[in-house]
Amino acid sequence: MSRIAVNLPGLHMKNPVMPASGCFAFGQEYGKLYDLNRLGAICVKAVTVEERRGNPTPRVAETPGGMLNAIGLQNPGLKHVLEHELPWLEKYDTPIVVNIAGYSVEDYMEVAREISKVHNVSAIELNISCPNVKEGGITFGTDAGTAAHLTDKVKSVSDVPVYVKLSPNVTDIVEIATAVEGAGADGLSMINTLLGMRIDLKTGKPILANRTGGLSGAAIKPVAIRMIHDVRQKVDIPIIGMGGIYEVDDILEFMMAGANAVAVGTANFIDPFVCPNLIDQLEDRMDELGIETLSSIVGRSSL
Amino acid sequence: MIMDNMTIKNQEEIAPKIYRIEVTGPLTQQMKNPGQFVNLRVSKGIDPTLRRPISICDVDVEKETLTMIYRVEGKGTKLLAEKVVGDEVNILGPLGQGFPVEAAKPNDVCVLIGGGVGIPPLYYLGKQLVAAGAKVITILGFRTDKDIFLEEEFQELGELIITTEDGSKGVKGFVTDALKELKAYDLYYTCGPKPMLKAVEQTASTHGFISLEERMGCGVGACLACVCDLKERDKTTGKAYAKICSDGPVFLSGEVIL
Repeated sequence: MSRIAVNLPGLHMKNPVMPASGCFAFGQEYGKLYDLNRLGAICVKAVTVEERRGNPTPRVAETPGGMLNAIGLQNPGLKHVLEHELPWLEKYDTPIVVNIAGYSVEDYMEVAREISKVHNVSAIELNISCPNVKEGGITFGTDAGTAAHLTDKVKSVSDVPVYVKLSPNVTDIVEIATAVEGAGADGLSMINTLLGMRIDLKTGKPILANRTGGLSGAAIKPVAIRMIHDVRQKVDIPIIGMGGIYEVDDILEFMMAGANAVAVGTANFIDPFVCPNLIDQLEDRMDELGIETLSSIVGRSSL
Repeated sequence: MIMDNMTIKNQEEIAPKIYRIEVTGPLTQQMKNPGQFVNLRVSKGIDPTLRRPISICDVDVEKETLTMIYRVEGKGTKLLAEKVVGDEVNILGPLGQGFPVEAAKPNDVCVLIGGGVGIPPLYYLGKQLVAAGAKVITILGFRTDKDIFLEEEFQELGELIITTEDGSKGVKGFVTDALKELKAYDLYYTCGPKPMLKAVEQTASTHGFISLEERMGCGVGACLACVCDLKERDKTTGKAYAKICSDGPVFLSGEVIL
């Protein structure tokens, strides 16, 4: 096995880097720029039963080292994804993770049941943490009991491993993480965006039409590192770490905090080639730091 | 190649807060379609976080120069305005679907209608329309006579009508006040603020092509930050929306809800 390969439930990754859900659509745009087989895995945008139109624009605002987004889970719906988006990805031999969302437990179950049957889907990422929709999403992710119940139900219908994507907008993320682990989650994905707001000085009104949005980018990295570190102390299942990864050192820092693989989000918008570039730099940086294999550093901060 | 560092050859303030910047590099070889844009990184650091989408005003493929005109609006464009000759800027592009020059037949009368920083992409378009044998009439709207730019350049392409909101030069009022008076034309191309585009679409007596702007995330169609609603679902994709960065920024009149 290569020294940068990582193995997670359902995900045999040639390297630990995948694009984060919502930042990569269904792969076609970045597939024009480079060979997606370079990636450790591909995590596609959230899928819901019905098509969703998302929030009004403006949907993005900026802050030093970060951006706020309020897309609102816009997606073409389950049927379209099954017929058009996932078949397009068949030409790649890298694992596909599909992020799923819904208004109700039944919605989530329906999407999980259908998506997990698709032969080129390796895992599901259960989105209980989108801060930009009024119903569904985050309402499932802020209470341990509700999150565990949903995880259990989705696990009962899914043919592939389920990674639960956690929200940082909670008092105690460790409580939620342990609850979904207890309910059978195969892994965790953390963190989703932090709820924020920016105001336009000319109008005195929020810049985002949705008023609030999710903060991502370098600004949130220390929050993500702290939360992954805390969760790693209490949870044994694998963690896909994300939140402000821009540089190769960030990957190593997330893994030392306790992540088994990582996802890159906002950085794709700054440099569309960031994922393959980080993968290219990884082994040289490991050599400089005397790291033999990536698996040897996971959770080192806890030791 | 779609991303490269380009070197600044020239930069000047041509009207209050309006800057013209010229950069050079081989990426220009691909910039043949007017109405496309580039996504420009103004800082190597993390503030601002995102790139700035800026329209292509002119390209000299032989000399490998790209000209852009932008308004200093916020932190990102202020940083760009502070750059000097010899500095490098990282450019991703050309991006998006531009204006269809081939929609105009030889001798067709094309009206170019621009407002504010929606004016620059019409210049590269106008040059190509003239080269293709079309006749060009341009209507440019400004607030006052002090804000006027690209006047001589557009005059070289054909008739130029300037409108100012305060009447300090040309027709007093908006671009649509001048458009109403035009007798016969075959199609129009327009770019500017959304209220202007809406008014142009309602006033024009023919079909035309409309270029939109919006706050963008990725610029390549992946993040869905800059979507707009379609009047009717796309027949091939079934989608009810379009991405301004990659399906646009240019749309056929009547295609999107303004």
